[in-house]
Amino acid sequence: MDEARIVRRGLGPRLWLAGGWLLLVLLAAIFAPLVAPQDPLAQDLMLERLPPFWLDGAEPGYWLGTDSLGRDLLSRLIFGGRIAFIVAFAAAIAACLVGSTLGLIAGYFGGWADRIISRIVDIWMAFPPVLFAILLVAVLGTGLSSVILAIAIIDWTRFCRVIRAEAMGQARMDYVENARIAGYGRIGIMLREVLPNVLPSIVALLSLEMGIAVIVEAILSFVNLSISTDDPTWGGIIAEGRLSIHQAWWVLVFPLVTLILTVLSFSQFGEALKTRFDPVLR
Amino acid sequence: MSACLDITNLSAVLANGQRVLRSVSLSLQPGEVRALVGESGAGKTMIGKAVLGVLPSSVRIVEGNMSLEGEDLGRLQPRARRTLIGARTALIPQDPLTALNPSRRIGPQMTDRLVRILGWNGDKADKRVRQLLDEVQIRDPDRVLKSYPHELSGGMRQRVLIAAAFAAEPRLIVADEPTTALDVTVQKQILRLIADLQREHGTAILFVTHDLGVVAKISQKVSVLYAGKVVEEADTARLFEAPLHPYTRALMAATPRYTDPFASLKPVDETVLAGLAAEIAAADQTWRHLHG
Amino acid sequence: MAEPLFSVRGLKVALPDMTRKPLIGRAPLVEILKGLDFDLPRGSVTGIVGESGSGKSTLGRALVRLLEPSAGSISFEGRDIAHLPEAELRPLRRDLQMIFQDPMSSLNPRRTIASIIAAPLRQNGLGDNLKTRVAEALQRVGLPQSFAGRYRHQLSGGQRQRVGIARALALSPKFVLADEIVSGLDVSTQAQILTLLEKLAAEMGLTVAFISHDLSVIRRLCRQVIVMREGRIVEASATDALFENPKEAYTRDLLAAIPLPEIDADWLRPKAPA
Repeated sequence: MDEARIVRRGLGPRLWLAGGWLLLVLLAAIFAPLVAPQDPLAQDLMLERLPPFWLDGAEPGYWLGTDSLGRDLLSRLIFGGRIAFIVAFAAAIAACLVGSTLGLIAGYFGGWADRIISRIVDIWMAFPPVLFAILLVAVLGTGLSSVILAIAIIDWTRFCRVIRAEAMGQARMDYVENARIAGYGRIGIMLREVLPNVLPSIVALLSLEMGIAVIVEAILSFVNLSISTDDPTWGGIIAEGRLSIHQAWWVLVFPLVTLILTVLSFSQFGEALKTRFDPVLR
Repeated sequence: MSACLDITNLSAVLANGQRVLRSVSLSLQPGEVRALVGESGAGKTMIGKAVLGVLPSSVRIVEGNMSLEGEDLGRLQPRARRTLIGARTALIPQDPLTALNPSRRIGPQMTDRLVRILGWNGDKADKRVRQLLDEVQIRDPDRVLKSYPHELSGGMRQRVLIAAAFAAEPRLIVADEPTTALDVTVQKQILRLIADLQREHGTAILFVTHDLGVVAKISQKVSVLYAGKVVEEADTARLFEAPLHPYTRALMAATPRYTDPFASLKPVDETVLAGLAAEIAAADQTWRHLHG
Repeated sequence: MAEPLFSVRGLKVALPDMTRKPLIGRAPLVEILKGLDFDLPRGSVTGIVGESGSGKSTLGRALVRLLEPSAGSISFEGRDIAHLPEAELRPLRRDLQMIFQDPMSSLNPRRTIASIIAAPLRQNGLGDNLKTRVAEALQRVGLPQSFAGRYRHQLSGGQRQRVGIARALALSPKFVLADEIVSGLDVSTQAQILTLLEKLAAEMGLTVAFISHDLSVIRRLCRQVIVMREGRIVEASATDALFENPKEAYTRDLLAAIPLPEIDADWLRPKAPA
């Protein structure tokens, strides 16, 4: 019978491409001091606005060219990846832990717990997210930890809503009643019967959220509210590149492409993981 | 006079090459009620869908002909085929709730078909629908036509769908397990309605069911299916008097009967299943031989 | 006569009606069971039959206390369990087991069959020799040992329902609620599952409440029958008496509505005026 067939899906090009890009950026970020061809902060006005390697006037060792202060763009992107990934992981995991836990409780227990949590989520979602983030960072003060905190505070609702809906569906399944018949308590059932079934969604959302965190961090850097201005961040580079778009388009285009590829890879990676994690045809 | 529906040697396969219909042939005379009976996976619903031209995209017809009142469906262009099927056939579905759009009122859902496919004007369609609602013994058509599907009971919804199926005067109705979701007392009323309307309108019905009890009450002829193959075809009266195929006999012995509790509910014998498997394998071998 | 396993008096259950829930505040309650009195004798199978809306499933859920009644008493072995809190129910759970209608939804898709059968054992302090106990449970329902490591989607409908039975019986309970356990199955599979349940109930001396809409199945399996309609008991009696001499018009209508697999030209004709 069709439904009794086990499905073994291959990894698929989506997972390979997205995972490959993320791994590349991650490794570059971790080993930034080793792989970056130049010091990302070293200014040299003799070398300002060098074009990328295939254009006339390029200097060897400055593969993607330099910005208006003569800093090496590739090196800045690699070091910027460090901050992007730290923010992505820390903020997404924090948002995931808070949001999924509350979502699980709201969806499985229902009743008062659900009403309170859902109302909070509704109120939260009414705030424009980017303005909320800017406001939070302004209050918390700039710096890496406040950026992470701001993103987690804003985006836990995304996890909460999705996981709540899935847990509600699970709570209606007979195997949940079956576990009560077997003598399990409510918390035990939630962890044992419900959580494993919503886990693929949590994983997919987590990956998606990492991409979103990268964007939010870039936006905060863009409006100069992220980390100290010295450290290179993708958003910061984009902001600077915007100023010299007519003289040196590459300063804007390369960080943008990096950002887009990374965010896209996160969301594709999550979706691919979800289908992979789900050996069950339901 | 040509048959209302003629299916010859119909075979269909899934994407992985597995055969789901195995050289099915059957022929319905005008006004005949033919039961297709079998267990899940027997292909009975698949045949109904093939006739209506709504097979899922994963199923491909690889051989065979179907003709409606002498017109070969395979020879028509897709558009002409749709028009022909739309004008001459109708479906009474299993689940009356999902068959109706939950966000539209009953009235327009019933008249739509008449207006769009048969090109009737609104008044004529409305009159016709009311007449049919009367025939399925709905006494307050105004309320029903203004209702949304969820506001009606299961039996009421099924009546609406029966009325809708007969409204366009189709020559053939495919009834796909139309009473499976209903309580027995409602099932009896609905079967009675279908039988009455069928007699008055002279419509042929392809009645898909898993229930031999329903087969016995509603049909004149019956095709017993197993794994996409017709294992026995007979007049209904003959089938219940003297079933020939071992599987038919096993199915009858398995069907519960409160009048004879210990002679019924007999699990199907292993030898019967083994015999069926051999029969299917032999048929597949011949088929593969012929089709390389 | 021995004391019945269950003795139910004045049982009422009311559930919130979500379709009439106002925008703010609680949904109004609807009474699903409107005062039931009956006994379930030990060691026999009792059929509970009714059409949709009769409250038969609600009654089952109240017996195993997945629901709390709004009034009345449910005495199980002489102890009223109608309003016991969850914590006090837990030790009783091993004696009150249930087999579900839909074996697909009653088995967690992410657990192996062995883990599903072992769960109630572990939770009820029978965690030693788990492997042997699971093996025994599989054998009891006629499933090969190789099924222990499989998942529900690798099983057919009938096999899933066997797992459901194995799981419910693993604890050797005193009472089993079987809620429409064959209504989703093909007739040939249905016959196998019923024969299995019939055999196991006799061997283990189980008290079973067998909920079904199918009177034909009930006649085969049950010693007594309770006929329900709209939250009340219409008729309750020994099976043979009920089928041979139904007292209530509703029971007679139910019987007359069953399409038996035999030719009867008059069956679809409107009833002749009496």
